[in-house]
Amino acid sequence: MEWLSIKLAFRNLMGSGKRTWLNVTVLSIAFVVIVFYNGLLDGWNLQAKRDTKAWETGSGRIDHVLYDQFDPLSLVDAHAPLGDMLKAEIESGSAVAVLAVQASAYPNGRMVNVLLKGIDPEQKTLSLPTAALDSGRVEGDPAIPVIVGDRTAKSAKLKEGDVMIVRWRDVNGTFDAREVRIAGIFKTTVPTVDGGQLWMPLEDLREMTSLYGEATYIVLSDEVVASGDFGSTGALSDEWRYMDEDALMKEIDDIIKTKRASSMIMSMLLLGIALLAIFDTQILSIFRRQKEIGTYIALGMTRLRVVGIFTIEGTVHSILAILLGLIWGMPLLKLIQHVGLPMPAGTDQVGLAIADKIVPAYSAGMIMASVVLVIVTSFIVSYIPARKISKMKPTEALRGKLL
Amino acid sequence: MKIYKPAIITAILLLGSLLGSLPASARSSQPAARQPAIIQPDQSGEAILRKVDQNISSKNRVFESTMIIHGRRSTRSITSKSWSEGDKKSFSEYLTPAAEAGTKMLKLEGQLWIYTPSADRTIQISGHMLRQSVMGSDLSYEDMMDDRKLTDIYDSKVIGKDTLGGRDVLVLELTARVTDVAYHRQKMWIDAERFVPLRQEMYAKSGQLLKRMDLSDVERIQGRWFPKTMVYKDMLKEGKGTEFRITKIQFDAAIPEHVFSKASLR
Repeated sequence: MEWLSIKLAFRNLMGSGKRTWLNVTVLSIAFVVIVFYNGLLDGWNLQAKRDTKAWETGSGRIDHVLYDQFDPLSLVDAHAPLGDMLKAEIESGSAVAVLAVQASAYPNGRMVNVLLKGIDPEQKTLSLPTAALDSGRVEGDPAIPVIVGDRTAKSAKLKEGDVMIVRWRDVNGTFDAREVRIAGIFKTTVPTVDGGQLWMPLEDLREMTSLYGEATYIVLSDEVVASGDFGSTGALSDEWRYMDEDALMKEIDDIIKTKRASSMIMSMLLLGIALLAIFDTQILSIFRRQKEIGTYIALGMTRLRVVGIFTIEGTVHSILAILLGLIWGMPLLKLIQHVGLPMPAGTDQVGLAIADKIVPAYSAGMIMASVVLVIVTSFIVSYIPARKISKMKPTEALRGKLL
Repeated sequence: MKIYKPAIITAILLLGSLLGSLPASARSSQPAARQPAIIQPDQSGEAILRKVDQNISSKNRVFESTMIIHGRRSTRSITSKSWSEGDKKSFSEYLTPAAEAGTKMLKLEGQLWIYTPSADRTIQISGHMLRQSVMGSDLSYEDMMDDRKLTDIYDSKVIGKDTLGGRDVLVLELTARVTDVAYHRQKMWIDAERFVPLRQEMYAKSGQLLKRMDLSDVERIQGRWFPKTMVYKDMLKEGKGTEFRITKIQFDAAIPEHVFSKASLR
């Protein structure tokens, strides 16, 4: 009998012809767009986290307790001697100490505020091309080699080999100034290691600022974090605190969450339009097919069963829409995944890691969630008008009079 | 809401402060002997600084000034009236432009407060903000806030003679003898006859020239020689620097004590 209901529902649906296919097409567009948007956000999330981890945060970080990466003024006091902390790991390259100091640079006679960051040129924890800090040193030239990101280079009109003066204050607050040479310009999707930052050899910066043996933070590799010496985010001592991956990725998570909410609104609007069409179709069907409903009941079908037939009819729209969406959407989404979605220039100015192209990531879970969403919502909008059938009197229905 | 403009405020207060602290050696409330005297070559740098101070220092000063900020694209002028006593007390009020008029600043013993009429708020500028170089201008907060006497923090010696603007000058070199000082070394060109500094240069520890202050329009006011124009220039930057012109000045005026209190900000 159940099979009969489904068969009837399909037959009736096909009988509606163009109206059915119109509804199915609109719903399939909504389905594909929902999958696309979610895939886009998942892709961005994955890329942003992967790149941030590779270029900036590592798998964990030990910060000076006063260090706040969003408050440059905190840098004045956010440094302390490392002592023997992670000495072996730093020497082996599986952790890297960074010292950050505020300074002013004078490229082409302009003054720009910069952050001097000292890093071991031989480090292997981050993707920064720090080897250029060693190879870029010119024999007999007192200029200190620095590497900068392409955003900084572009805004300060710098190119490789350029020399400029950098002015800073040492630990006592005394001004000092030296020449630095651009030893390399790197391209990264992570603007937080680029914008206004000059990376130089750690020992040079320590000598410049008289902060011998000191650092602002230590970036840890997977290997060090996996050793299990660190738990979750929290203080390690009076001077240092450990930041786990979740804490370091919080900004990205927050942004993605906000973006997901806004994309959800758009998806819901689109889905709403498609569901409205199904809702209208259901209302129309029930109005025009009263005699059919009366016949079903007269033949012995319960009212609930007839409601079921009509609800299934409406819900089948969504199944057809998903099938249709898979037919035309899958190649399209695959193509977008293959070529990537170009981001407009300047998108990364918001401070988050955004590549030139975002490659959407379509996970099975996300696709299944979208399928369930479309089916469940279709079921609901199909059921609501069909409830009216349960209030019909069969004799009236047979005469075509809606109660 | 009006946004507080630290650069302008700093610059105006700087003028008041620098007027009081240029040579900043031993302070004297008594006007010095105004007779021109030629500096003897064997005089120590400290003795010369003291003589300059005797010429320029006064119990207090009331002056009106115009600050001309030469930007990359435009030039702005701001006028203010200031009251200062020694180099530790200073009170200023903007007169023009209209957008800034009514803003007041008070510097007391190394602390700085700003009152903005549009917000009707008094804000204290402290801590790290004082250590910042100011948004693209040629000034830094500490240029104004370090009110220690030069003779207390620098060793000075005469390193030569020169001519500047047609005047014979002695060149003094000042080297810091304390560590917590903004400029490790300074050079000053002192008018050998009038005991007026005509140029001051500030150097980084590495020897790089960072800032230069040129003083001119030296006039005799109330028995003392006084430079009425000052150009403050960040030597690492292109541009003309920031210019201060004193339009009116009165020494040893009767300034009520309440002027240098927080109550006068509102």
